[in-house]
Amino acid sequence: MRKTLEEVIQTWEPVIGLEIHTEITATRTKMFCGCQIAHGGEPNTRVCPVCLGMPGALPVPNEAAIEWTVLAGLATDCEIERVSQFHRKNYFYPDMPKNYQISQYDRPFCKDGHLTIEVDKEGLAQRLDRDLQAESYETRIGITRIHLEEDTGKMVHVGGSEGRIAGATHSLVDYNRAGTPLMELVSEPDIRTPEEARRFVQKLRLIWLTLGISDGNLENGSMRVDANISLRPRGATELGTRAEVKNMNSFKALHDAVAYEITRQAEVLEEGGRVVQETRHWDAGRKVTSSLRSKEEANDYRYFPEPDMVPFEFSEEFIAGVAARLPELPDARRRRFMSDYGLPASDATILTSDLELCAYYEAAAIGLDAELAKPLANLIVNDLVGALNTRSEELSESQVSPQAAAELVTLCDEGAISGKQAKEVFAEMVETGADPAAIIERKGLKQVSDSAELAGIIDGILAANPDKVEGYRAGKTGLMGFFVGQVMRQTGGQANPQVVNELLGERLGGERLGA
Amino acid sequence: MMDARELLFLPATGISALVTSRELSAREVVDAACANIDACDERVHAFNQRSQDLAYTAADALDAKLAAGATPGDGLPDSGLVGAPVAFKDNMNLLGTRTTCSSRILSNYESVYDCTAVRRLLDAGTLPLGKLNMDEFAFGSSTENSAFGPTHNPWDLQRVPGGSSGGSAAAVAAGMASITLGSDTGGSIRQPGACCGVVALKPTYGRVSRYGCVAFASSLDQIGPFAHTVRDAALALRAIAGKDAFDATSVDTPVPDYTQALGADTAGLRVAVATDFLELDGVDPEVKAAVLDAAERLDALGAEVGECALPSTQYGLSAYYIVAPAEASGNLARFDGIRYGLRAEDATDVLDLYMRSRAEGFGPETIRRVMIGTYALSAGYYDAYYAQAQKARTVIKADFDRVFADFDLILAPTAPTPAFKLGEKTADPLSMYLSDVFTIPVNLAGNTGLHLPTKLSSAGLPLGVQLIANHFDEANIFRAAAALEADYRFDHRSVAGL
Repeated sequence: MRKTLEEVIQTWEPVIGLEIHTEITATRTKMFCGCQIAHGGEPNTRVCPVCLGMPGALPVPNEAAIEWTVLAGLATDCEIERVSQFHRKNYFYPDMPKNYQISQYDRPFCKDGHLTIEVDKEGLAQRLDRDLQAESYETRIGITRIHLEEDTGKMVHVGGSEGRIAGATHSLVDYNRAGTPLMELVSEPDIRTPEEARRFVQKLRLIWLTLGISDGNLENGSMRVDANISLRPRGATELGTRAEVKNMNSFKALHDAVAYEITRQAEVLEEGGRVVQETRHWDAGRKVTSSLRSKEEANDYRYFPEPDMVPFEFSEEFIAGVAARLPELPDARRRRFMSDYGLPASDATILTSDLELCAYYEAAAIGLDAELAKPLANLIVNDLVGALNTRSEELSESQVSPQAAAELVTLCDEGAISGKQAKEVFAEMVETGADPAAIIERKGLKQVSDSAELAGIIDGILAANPDKVEGYRAGKTGLMGFFVGQVMRQTGGQANPQVVNELLGERLGGERLGA
Repeated sequence: MMDARELLFLPATGISALVTSRELSAREVVDAACANIDACDERVHAFNQRSQDLAYTAADALDAKLAAGATPGDGLPDSGLVGAPVAFKDNMNLLGTRTTCSSRILSNYESVYDCTAVRRLLDAGTLPLGKLNMDEFAFGSSTENSAFGPTHNPWDLQRVPGGSSGGSAAAVAAGMASITLGSDTGGSIRQPGACCGVVALKPTYGRVSRYGCVAFASSLDQIGPFAHTVRDAALALRAIAGKDAFDATSVDTPVPDYTQALGADTAGLRVAVATDFLELDGVDPEVKAAVLDAAERLDALGAEVGECALPSTQYGLSAYYIVAPAEASGNLARFDGIRYGLRAEDATDVLDLYMRSRAEGFGPETIRRVMIGTYALSAGYYDAYYAQAQKARTVIKADFDRVFADFDLILAPTAPTPAFKLGEKTADPLSMYLSDVFTIPVNLAGNTGLHLPTKLSSAGLPLGVQLIANHFDEANIFRAAAALEADYRFDHRSVAGL
């Protein structure tokens, strides 16, 4: 029986580094030609002599893509290289029309950055060296470099199983994707757990989305993560032999693939074997990694400076100009949500981890009383997100507008309806998209908060039940529920419980109930 | 009316004047050019493919505009070249023609777009006659490395036309086109220009777009014209030069009106004779004498003639035969049988398909260069070869920079000898490589050089000189070349044997 991850980490320390490729979809055109970038479509329709590598065609760099890459570097605390250039990476494969990829080698645009990630209590179980009693921990992951290159085309293998090359009779190539600007980020091997790997990529994706670089879609491959994983005995400093795992198309797949590979390598090592340096394929269906190709005979890519382009020299003005485009980044936004809105860390994290949710909250909070920021966050984080999950809806599909959510919170605060009624109203807002005031009006839910009106009713109830009044004053405080119930019965449940409590307290002996 | 042969030995500007004054129709120009090609090319073999349909279409459109009253500058390009018959080295794409690079691997490759320089020359109102033979992928100095057979030198059919743009040089020399375009990576325009006795210009790197010219060595390649006269070459350069959005290495400096330099005074022009070139082993005495004679004539024309040393250029050939094959090994990787070109039959898998297609499609010199380049870039050898060669390049460029601080032009031989015999050097690649020893340093430094024919050798072969100028200083080359041209009055029509 293979050990679990929790058992493995008793003796082994996993060392994980990630390579993350992101298609820069923001540019709309390819890296070295003017062809449109888009997923899908008829094969080989978004191509030209340049991205097909026709004889005599030359690459012209997409300056916007370079600016996006510099922006990405600035957002991840990278140093921007003042002189950088493209190199040719030479190897033969049919998905690459020129049989070399224009990439970067020893002079990437960005290097030496980092990202700090927060891992919650659940993720703590994957680490031995952290305070397991803590609620969460932060860890800093180094970024070795971010460089820019061109994407390859797509191969379709025909005649084999599941489109894999094994057993295929022939292959087709679609070059629509060829030449798409592809930003490659390489992390330092600072990651220790599957959860850290997932958090790192989630945070990176959020930054890319915040910058607007890419749609960051893992499923269709606009963001692709490769994980280099090795194990070493706990306490050792030398690195073990690593395997590279590919084909993780979701955050869950990334987490599970890394966890699987750690336990697989532990088994290999504990049985006296050795880990083979190779590329492995994550099979999400079978939940295993399997060998794709061995890298033991190291490829010689014969890198040399791309002679079709001159090196780039970035002026301070250029870099400052790109820096001026930096929007508020997720960390700063989270801090602002805590300080400006007074939200607890957990709510701020949830609201700022999703750009749509974040925008929704900010739209609803405009013009709202400061003390309602927290109830608003509650409504969105708990009720709205809960409703969306139940209904399997996206936020963009929801019928509840940010203004309606804010109105509901305000009505509740003003005492127009009770908290319990608010839930009822919200349920209907989710269903119909109706305005909260209209729902309250139609359902006759208006809460009675008028002290004079309620005082009259209460005085009547007390007068009709002198024995209970006496019992209460003798110490049977449990009778308060009876009085409240009577008031609610007579008002059809619309009495403001807070006002009722206050009035009853005054009359029954000056004590406020529930205080 | 003059006969076809006489017409085609007029300068392009002369033919253009006849066409734009409507003394001759553009269609008649194409007729004459085709007649000359019919008469000569069976023996010369300059053309890989003729495109008279394209030429007649362009001619008829031109004649229609002329009939409607259009004139240069008013409805027609003010290029000085309207109606001139032209042709292109077979590594330049032109829609409606194949672009073969004289290689089996591209023998059926149809162009899918136009090369920028080709398009610009045609937009100047010229008439495209076809595509010209070359050494396969421009690897060679004799046009013997063509998959379709060698081109013969019009001055002596037993001799090579030089290379790699041998077809381009021979076509002009034999009067089969007024202007042709070639490409020059290490001398492939100037050296065949010298062999065939025609004006041949390699512009400054970045002056002319490379887009659409099948790349040999991207950091060295440059397209340039062959012509009967300096004026024709200057007008052709003016037509094709300038920034191109499709070539990131093309430079955005303004293109001067080179005709202003023609006929300008050469007094005060500072010319340095490259004396160390003249002392090199293997330089033909008549080649050396031709350079010294040109120096004397320039002196007599009022130029300040001195001497210069270019000591680092001795490393040029070695550096070139690392850098150029290295870049070529990458540039030729795309010819793999997958998307276009020759695909081997019966391949068992993709690797087998690559290897068979390339083995069947490439000739021996191509295979040699790809292997040299692949080796030079391999892990463990890169620093010793490629990085070292790039350093040599910097030192060579510094040599030129030093000379051009004091001089406007360098006067040098173009090739060590006049045209050599077919087969003379095919068995010895190194002696073939030496043909470019005086042209290669100019490519490595990115400067510009022009071959000007001046006289005939005792054996009746063309001799001449190479004029080299600093980056983007083609105007000074044209200035000196036009003065020498007027002084020598080299007679192109004396071309023998045809």
